[in-house]
Amino acid sequence: MQRLEALIAEASSLAGDEAEAARQLQICNACRYCEGFCAVFPAMTRRLEFGRADIHYLANLCHNCGACLHACQYAPPHEFAVSLPRAMARVRGKTYVDYAWPESLGALYHRNGLTIALLLATSLAAFLALAASRTGQLVGRPLAGDFYAVFPHGLLAATFGIVFAFACLALAIGVTRFWRDLAAGRASAPALGEATASVLDLRFLGGGHGRGCNDEDDAFTLRRRRFHHLTFYGFMLCFAATCVATLYHYVLGERAPYPMLSLPVLLGTIGGIGLLAGPAGLLWLNLRRDPAHREDSQNAMDRGFIALLFLASATGLALLAWRDSGAMALWLAIHLGVVMALFLTLPYGKFAHGVFRSAALLKWAIEKRVPANLKLSED
Amino acid sequence: MLDVLVIGGGNAALCAALTAREAGASVMLLESAPKPWRGGNSPHTRNIRCMHDGPQDVLVDSYPEEEYWQDLLKVTAGRTDETLARVAIRASSTCRDWMRRHGVHFQAPLSGTLHLARTNAFFMGGGKALVNAYCRSAEALGVRIRYGAHVHALELADGRFVAARIGTDRIEARACVLAAGGFESNREWLDEAWGTNERGERPAQNFLIRGTRFNTGVLLRFMLDAGAERIGDPTQAHMVAIDARAPLYDGGICTRIDCVSLGVVVNREGERFYDEGEDFWPKRYAIWGRLVAAQPGQIAWSIIDSKAIGRFMPPVFDGTRADSLPELARSLGLPEEAFLATLAHYNAACRAGTFDHTALDDCATEGVVPAKTHWARPIDTPPYFGYAVRPGVTFTYLGLKVNERAAVHFGGAPSGNLFTAGEMMAGNILGQGYTAGVGMTIGTAFGRIAGSGAAAAALGGQHRAAA
Repeated sequence: MQRLEALIAEASSLAGDEAEAARQLQICNACRYCEGFCAVFPAMTRRLEFGRADIHYLANLCHNCGACLHACQYAPPHEFAVSLPRAMARVRGKTYVDYAWPESLGALYHRNGLTIALLLATSLAAFLALAASRTGQLVGRPLAGDFYAVFPHGLLAATFGIVFAFACLALAIGVTRFWRDLAAGRASAPALGEATASVLDLRFLGGGHGRGCNDEDDAFTLRRRRFHHLTFYGFMLCFAATCVATLYHYVLGERAPYPMLSLPVLLGTIGGIGLLAGPAGLLWLNLRRDPAHREDSQNAMDRGFIALLFLASATGLALLAWRDSGAMALWLAIHLGVVMALFLTLPYGKFAHGVFRSAALLKWAIEKRVPANLKLSED
Repeated sequence: MLDVLVIGGGNAALCAALTAREAGASVMLLESAPKPWRGGNSPHTRNIRCMHDGPQDVLVDSYPEEEYWQDLLKVTAGRTDETLARVAIRASSTCRDWMRRHGVHFQAPLSGTLHLARTNAFFMGGGKALVNAYCRSAEALGVRIRYGAHVHALELADGRFVAARIGTDRIEARACVLAAGGFESNREWLDEAWGTNERGERPAQNFLIRGTRFNTGVLLRFMLDAGAERIGDPTQAHMVAIDARAPLYDGGICTRIDCVSLGVVVNREGERFYDEGEDFWPKRYAIWGRLVAAQPGQIAWSIIDSKAIGRFMPPVFDGTRADSLPELARSLGLPEEAFLATLAHYNAACRAGTFDHTALDDCATEGVVPAKTHWARPIDTPPYFGYAVRPGVTFTYLGLKVNERAAVHFGGAPSGNLFTAGEMMAGNILGQGYTAGVGMTIGTAFGRIAGSGAAAAALGGQHRAAA
């Protein structure tokens, strides 16, 4: 009973967005009609009380597909005012801030919006362009695609490497602390495999029936799942292009620019096209989203990240297109500015959702393999 | 002129509208609720009871027609119509492919409902998802849906439908389907039906309405006044014991209290009044609304101790908690002495046995009235919890008499172009009692029958006119 007391004490000490999520979950747990949509509800039914860790776990397990809201007999205007997608989105916002490393930078989530993203990208691009112009290489003379004539390779590798490594470290520390609070236990190989598959195929944007999730109304569509795939796999292909190019550089000793049909350029081009279409589609869906399951306080963060991804791809493709022209150095400065802005905001923006959601999915894959300790009479 | 007018917006109405449209009729559907509240009681449903002779996607084993019929016969204590019941039962074995075509998704039973895995097919997301799918499909097929359309009267001529009236609006159609629900949210009518009890109380004033706030029975009253043949008793309804703190309307599924069989239930005098362990809770929940309605003040308290925690579906509101029985009595406002005496007698009467909530176990009382025949264990392990419960009406059974074509009857003769489906005629089959998912069986079967009958009446008439 002591554990129960502790849970009750913890639950009653919740405040704000966490308390509201707990209130709604208690209603959901007494109803359970939405169990088929996603993992949130089966995970919920394994609990009678919702402490802080449970709420952050369930919130990050939620993919914000909107299905439960449209199906909800207790959604507004019902006085129970259940709107789980929004309640969960608010808690997720708190997860990112609470688990940010270093803690003092957690507040950046609140400010990391579209304006900041664009300002940062613009000022970094301007700074790089200025630096290039100081050496007289910004415009005019075609450099035959020789990026390193503008910025030395070592300088680029060092600055981007450091910023990217910091982003990885910050996210890793954050998600490790999150994982510790989830107390998930050890992941077996099947659990790991299932969680990985859930991340890679976004099955929980499928609605449980495979017809997809809700965008602007109660119709199910696969648009969000597909645009997210384009974005994610586009990003990964671009990342792969960079990795392959690094290998070419250090292992094979081949310097950029690489031919159009070389592996790095092909990967980057295909990925870049995905990373144009995906974010453009996600932004379109974000703007059309049913206001009832769109959390407006997070629009700025979502759109800022989407914009940077889109611009990173657009400027990268532009650089490829004009790499043999006199404008190459200018495009290079712009592209590097955008990518640097993306890397800098990575640990304190929307990118974090992927890391925390993956952790929550892994916990679910572990948890569902353990027999539930509740013995509901009807079973 | 419009071919088919459907009045109502729940499952039966939507099934009628879809079927009539598929048959080629032009269809308009009038829903009295505004769009966010559309669907009548259907958003509160979650499954349909289906006959099947072998495993079918989400349904395991088989549930033959005869067994379904016997189940219905048992819960209604014979107050049913075998012909109509069998029409609905047979339709339930073939309707689900049609439902899927209109966007309904089925899923395996929800947690806590494995006992229904054989008999009931669950809608993914519940009944509101079903209503969303049907409305979307209906509009795609060209059914016109009007929300906030309060039909207050019909124009009838010689037992035939002529037009519906909404304020000063008049909507003519060649045929009409009435599927506008029961009268559960008409509190004056409930009060009139239940009258005054032997204690001088007006019991219905203490009822909560678990179903939609829009089923005020306006059309049902109109039809009865217009001479349509009636069926059923106005006090009979789907009625369960729900948390007394539930909202007055639309409390739905989550307000039920599922710990009755794990403890005892006492009334306002602190006394037990019925065998809490008579049978498995899913087979008994539907009688407790009426049991509580018969108690003084139409209120009772379900009492459990900590042994029950985690063994029943979690309730929507926290129970009143106490570390001792006297404290619990005081917190609940029950007469302390009588309550403690009841609990002491009950605890002393519990015979030692092997507790097993998944079977009709041998934990029964001896020498206490009423007995608790299963799952009787002393209530002696703090903390204790109490939940106040009141009768919660989901839907009423008073309705219009129909034949197997769902035709409304006047003076013993079926109408040629006026049909009814859903709660407005469920009382033909449900004279009393209930079994999970049968409301949706009746609504779906007779909704489709009424829709196809209305389309035939409308289009057949057109052909004659053309000839």
